[in-house]
Amino acid sequence: MNTNIAIKDKPRKNALVMFIHKLGSPPWFYDFTGKFIPWLWLIFGALTIWGLYLGLVKAPADYLQGESFRIMYIHVPSAWMSMLIYTSMAVMGFIALVWRIRMMEVLAMCSAPVGAAFTLVALATGSLWGRPTWGTYWVWDARLTSELVLLFLYLGVIGLYNAIDEPRKAARAACLLALVGAVNLPIIHYSVKWWNTLHQGSSISMTGGSNIDPSMLWPLLIMAFAVKFYYAANLLTRARVRLLEQDLRKGWVKNVVREQKP
Amino acid sequence: MNPEYTAGSLSGAFAALVRRDLLLAFRRRTELLFPVIFLLVVISLFPLGIGPSPQLLARIAPGVIWIAALLATVISLDALFRSDFEDGTLEQFVISGHPLTLIALAKIATHWLVAGLPIVLLSPLLALWMNLPLESLSVMVVTLALGTPILSLIGSIGVGLTISLKRGGQLLSLLVFPLYVPILIIATAAVMAASDGLPYVQFLGLLTAGLITSVTLAPFAAAAALKISLS
Repeated sequence: MNTNIAIKDKPRKNALVMFIHKLGSPPWFYDFTGKFIPWLWLIFGALTIWGLYLGLVKAPADYLQGESFRIMYIHVPSAWMSMLIYTSMAVMGFIALVWRIRMMEVLAMCSAPVGAAFTLVALATGSLWGRPTWGTYWVWDARLTSELVLLFLYLGVIGLYNAIDEPRKAARAACLLALVGAVNLPIIHYSVKWWNTLHQGSSISMTGGSNIDPSMLWPLLIMAFAVKFYYAANLLTRARVRLLEQDLRKGWVKNVVREQKP
Repeated sequence: MNPEYTAGSLSGAFAALVRRDLLLAFRRRTELLFPVIFLLVVISLFPLGIGPSPQLLARIAPGVIWIAALLATVISLDALFRSDFEDGTLEQFVISGHPLTLIALAKIATHWLVAGLPIVLLSPLLALWMNLPLESLSVMVVTLALGTPILSLIGSIGVGLTISLKRGGQLLSLLVFPLYVPILIIATAAVMAASDGLPYVQFLGLLTAGLITSVTLAPFAAAAALKISLS
């Protein structure tokens, strides 16, 4: 493509450093990610089908919880992702604020809706799971409560980003909020955990125990792996669209559009 | 310009700013009373909605007073930088050569003196209204004295981020309430422990730790937020 001539003319540096520098450039990022996003979706699809087949069909029913434990294969990976994505958003936000890298602003902000969705899925499946196991849809369990606060933090980041008109300013403000939230998140988590033990005496353990059978564990690990690919694919797809939206009047987008036309 | 306000030293600038803001606040006395009146009205609604049972009121008193204090703080937060932002004074602060962190800290300190301190002073009365046992009344006052500055400090970050928005107030509550969760938990736990005759000093220690941490960190974040909003 003719859009990255300027980068090629620079003196050669370490190949990895060059690669990372190049990814900071929207046209290069757009080109590069476009090539392997289909593969990410494909790997995600394959892993999900495999993991769900093992989890929903092959794995034996739990001796305590019966069939309902199978919701774990969606719930646990989602809950892990909700926290992982917040961390990755805060790290990207930090990089964006310190080094003012625009790609990082875009990536951090595109992470927020994905993370919020995972948090919502974790909450919804958690309360559906709670009905047969605890006998109620909602308990102010420590993990449920901190997950709820996490959802509010995500909504705050998304709300702030959407409220400010100028995209770069909005991204920087929301990145700062994500960072403040990341500093507070451990404090919130531990205070809620401790609050719960104070109010309820003994809390109910969500997992059946630490001795989980391999036939039940493997599908979970596969699913946990699969959702990472979902995050990557979804994030990069979102980031590509966001870049096109923001750079609508720039030359490289015109080239992209021109290439797309038959 | 009054030479007093161009004082070169940091402490001079800090004192001048606090004095100016306090003066401005006392020139608008009715606005000064809004958070306090709000607090009284909200708390008086609880017995009306829940029933006048003294035991029940005593049980929920710590939570009710603290939640009302959170709401009153958030309502008053918007005024923290609003008028300075609208008339351009905030930009003058940025180019004044003094660190914006210090200016933010001065504004936060004034905000607490104007909006937080009245809540602390009023809290014994509120505690009596809610039938809180007398032995936990002093603990209630101490938690509010330690906790309300944290509310102003953390809130200042949210205000800094939303100041450039026309209707930032609604968004502000979404931004800051999740961050207030630990303070609410620890402060109410202290009062409840005192009501139950249990030791409560560890909670006051945690609140003090929170106060020290937020005094050291929040002004930097608030200054960074203001810089983003002014860019």
